Amino acid sequence: MGVGIQVENLNAWYGKSQALHDINLKVEANHATALIGPSGCGKSTFIRCLNRMHETSPEATVKGKVKIGELDAYNGTSPTQLRRRIGMVFQKPNPFPTMSIYDNVAAGLKLNGYNNKKHLDDIVERSLQSSALWEEVKDSVHKKSGASLSGGQQQRLCIARALAVEPEVLLMDEPCSALDPISTGKIEELIFQLKEQYTIVIVTHNMQQAARVAEFTGFFLLGRMIEYDKTEKIFTNPSDKRTEDYITGRFG
Amino acid sequence: MRTRFQQGLDELRQKLLRMGGLAEQAVDRACQAYLDRDLNRCQMVLEGETQINVSEREIDELAFDLLAMQQPMAVDLRFILAVTKINADLERVGDQAVNIAERVIDMVSLPAVELPVDIARISAAVSAMVRRSLESFIEAKAELAQAVLEMDNVVDRMRDEAFIMLVKAMNEQPEITRQALDALLVARNLERVADHATNIAEDVIFWVRGADVRHNVPQEENGPQPVQRAATETR
Repeated sequence: MGVGIQVENLNAWYGKSQALHDINLKVEANHATALIGPSGCGKSTFIRCLNRMHETSPEATVKGKVKIGELDAYNGTSPTQLRRRIGMVFQKPNPFPTMSIYDNVAAGLKLNGYNNKKHLDDIVERSLQSSALWEEVKDSVHKKSGASLSGGQQQRLCIARALAVEPEVLLMDEPCSALDPISTGKIEELIFQLKEQYTIVIVTHNMQQAARVAEFTGFFLLGRMIEYDKTEKIFTNPSDKRTEDYITGRFG
Repeated sequence: MRTRFQQGLDELRQKLLRMGGLAEQAVDRACQAYLDRDLNRCQMVLEGETQINVSEREIDELAFDLLAMQQPMAVDLRFILAVTKINADLERVGDQAVNIAERVIDMVSLPAVELPVDIARISAAVSAMVRRSLESFIEAKAELAQAVLEMDNVVDRMRDEAFIMLVKAMNEQPEITRQALDALLVARNLERVADHATNIAEDVIFWVRGADVRHNVPQEENGPQPVQRAATETR
């Protein structure tokens, strides 16, 4: 099951340049939350702070509190421990190109020492089923490489890879921006189904996508979270003028 | 700024204003025709209906295109929804004007009689409601629209008074029954126009404030009030 995320006074920097200012946010468990905003507003930086990927950038620093369920991300938790509980899918599908479909999905488990073949088989099949890819690849999981799949299939393979380690939270950073409308539709349908088991945070530039998949939406601007509310409120009657100007295309 | 979209919204607004002008003119002409027993004005109202119907279709088509092609959000979405609803109300206002004109044609074929009803007073109140509801749309002012809602009860009372007085007259003077019935129907048509003006005002409030004030639902149930400034920029 997914867990809630509590963010308190989160600030992030790239060197001396502050990218996030005092972000406070409570992400509901087992819901999809969309983050929208113009390029450079800090939304990707924000989700990279949730799984401590931000600190892997040169001179990047973070200050503030992030709790994933009861786990304090920046106090007494290692990045590895944290990332076992938080899967991430990126803008561009990034399967391991030389590995088979099976090995792509099993990679995280193998790294963590799992080697029971029956157990691995079960998890690979379950993960590919969860990512709605199983029916398309079940006869070739060992034969085909991850790179031989279409872009949409590759992205669903990456989702299966993220799900294989049984995380509680799934972060998605513009997961459909490189996909055609049919593949996008499949990923969106997947998000709808996955939130029964996972808490999903999705960064998207596509506001219609945010409206379609997310129950809650946050609007970021210049490193600050301007507004956070139910998605229907944000897209029909936002409280802040800046949100309205952005979603109606008056700037950004 | 989405120039093409803004041009579409501007065009929609202009078309609705033109439609509003036609509907307002139709009601005024029909009322004046009643007061002057003027068949020429009746004919103008009947002929004008076609233009109103054509406008209704044009507005719906444009709104439909904007919804399909531009995926409007927030204040723009509320604006387009409000326009389609106001459009339907204005078309019905045109229909009511035609109904009045048809009653006047019937009355003119009968001897003129004194009737205990002040249609001029009712029509002045109703015309003011239509005019102000359209002004509230032009100005994107929820306060103006709110004032229209408050006028509706006044017109309802006028219609009720007219009903009582005309039924009494019919009982006392059966020979004027047909003329009294025509007048009663005109009063009812005018009251319906007032209802449409009320609907228009409610739609303006929805567009400007994002609040649904229909059917006297308390304001608290509509959630917090959004920024009003944004609505004026859609104009």
